[in-house]
Amino acid sequence: MDGSAPQARVSPGPQARPVVRVPVVLRVNGTEHRIEVDTRTTLLDALRDSLKLTGTKKGCDQGQCGACTVHVDGKRVLSCLTLAASADGRAVRTIEGLEQNGTPHPLQESFVKHDGLQCGYCTSGQIMSAVALIEEGRAGSDDDIREFMSGNLCRCGAYPNIVAAIREVAGRGDDA
Amino acid sequence: MRSFAYVRATTVDHAVAEVTADPDATYLAGGTTQVDLMKDEVFRPGRLVDITRLPLRDVTSDNGTLVVGALTTMEELAAHEVVAGRLPLVRQALLLGASPQLRHMATLGGNLLQRTRCRYFRDPGVACNKREPGAGCSAVDGFNRMHAVLGTSPACIATHASDVAVALLAVGASVRVRGQDGERVVPLTEFYRVPGSTPHVENVLAHGELITHLEIPLLPPGARSGYLKVRDRASYEFALASVAAALVIDDGRIRAAHLALGGVGTVPWHVPRAEELLRDAAPDAEVFSAAAEAALSGAVAQSGNGFKIELGRRAVVRMLSTLAEES
Ligand SMILES: Cc1cc2nc3c(=O)[nH]c(=O)nc-3n(C[C@H](O)[C@H](O)[C@H](O)COP(=O)(O)OP(=O)(O)OC[C@H]3O[C@@H](n4cnc5c(N)ncnc54)[C@H](O)[C@@H]3O)c2cc1C
Ligand code: SF4
Ligand code: FES
Ligand code: FES
Repeated sequence: MDGSAPQARVSPGPQARPVVRVPVVLRVNGTEHRIEVDTRTTLLDALRDSLKLTGTKKGCDQGQCGACTVHVDGKRVLSCLTLAASADGRAVRTIEGLEQNGTPHPLQESFVKHDGLQCGYCTSGQIMSAVALIEEGRAGSDDDIREFMSGNLCRCGAYPNIVAAIREVAGRGDDA
Repeated sequence: MRSFAYVRATTVDHAVAEVTADPDATYLAGGTTQVDLMKDEVFRPGRLVDITRLPLRDVTSDNGTLVVGALTTMEELAAHEVVAGRLPLVRQALLLGASPQLRHMATLGGNLLQRTRCRYFRDPGVACNKREPGAGCSAVDGFNRMHAVLGTSPACIATHASDVAVALLAVGASVRVRGQDGERVVPLTEFYRVPGSTPHVENVLAHGELITHLEIPLLPPGARSGYLKVRDRASYEFALASVAAALVIDDGRIRAAHLALGGVGTVPWHVPRAEELLRDAAPDAEVFSAAAEAALSGAVAQSGNGFKIELGRRAVVRMLSTLAEES
């Protein structure tokens, strides 16, 4: 079948396929975990269900909201569209890995100070994205913060306070 | 999601052999289309061949052509200095697409092969000719505000949603493809297929063929170029209409012109006729509106998307005037 993705064909009704399990090594916040997962398992589900790291949240589970944002090899990505098998051996950083010796990350402090949340469901994704945003050097203006945080939705609409929290840590004070 | 076997490709040949041998196998790159559509059970591969560890991530400049490994991510390519300097329209198209998280995952090869955002295609509960040939098209009598006005057929009116494909098409880029019988180079102008009566066939790739590289001709120094994306939100949204354009203006005349549209076509839409009109003309309002007219020529409105025809024209005029005013 030229040009068409073979999987786009609809197979006749649900047919039982054997579950396939594969071993993976997840290196999360500096700790190595050797687990076995169903190939269908996303990195998000492996973190939450197998490793019990429930700080990373599942919002849409479809790559649209950013609640599941983590860092893989230093880049912010969506763990709901990453297969655990594909993350094998990669360095994963989650919200649980931000604090150092019991001291919260400056962005965590700043979100509290500026009230950058209401229900808090989007917050770990917002903070993981913001940590990367600052590392990427994209927090130079409020417009840049808004543009480069656009992959993190907040149903509670805490956006102005989220921008304020990031602005402070990016080192531009409260006046920008 | 259906169960599947997972294979990590170790070489390009290994990847091609694994997928070619199994009609139920497919490639996994960044996964932002593939995993998403597997969750919806629109895709049900029996075998997923993970290509993300293949050494196809280099970007090299060779004799006026940028050669980009197919696994280069959107963020990586946007950050490349040659792209920033010589292909501003490509950089803009990349950065106006998706979100930073998605762009860190999404590869260039996968971007060109992303599937339509037509909501009926993504819902296995309703009829869709692209998903199930012969089943019918739910969009023709349904919600079609986001759908195409160019290149449509009674069988399918879905838009191709890529932004960067539009910019790459405008500048004359090609893809290098590896199959079991060797390598071939396909210009993007010949890569995509309009739906006709076979909307499930979107491009000229045979099953198992792997895009290994993109070849992007650099614009000449002094060219002006840009990508204009018109959408419902300021950010993180697909295009209603978009325009990729490049002009070389010298001595009051347009010496070279490149133009392609997105958001309005069933495939990224190249407009050679508009490029001809622009070439050797003075860069003024008259020729810009003639080019816009040519760009949307043949457009057919559906019940909900007639506004796209005028929007597309105005986007062309806006993009070209903006470039002409640049000093
Ligand atoms: C919420 C959301 C918003 C988005 N917004 C935009 C937007 O505004 N603009 C835009 O342009 N895009 C947008 N996208 C689409 C996104 O850019 C694509 O999903 C992405 O580029 C696909 O690349 P990937 O590496 O993730 O591919 P995958 O999902 O891994 O693969 C896509 C398809 O291509 C095949 N494939 C991948 N690589 C190769 C190869 N080298 N050779 C042969 N076959 C291959 C796979 O088998 C699969 O069928 C958005 C996506 C999401 C989820
Ligand atoms: S427009 Fe195309 S993709 Fe959408 S329902 Fe119709 S056939 Fe399917
Ligand atoms: S849960 Fe991953 S983007 Fe919404
Ligand atoms: S704080 Fe409730 S979704 Fe953001």
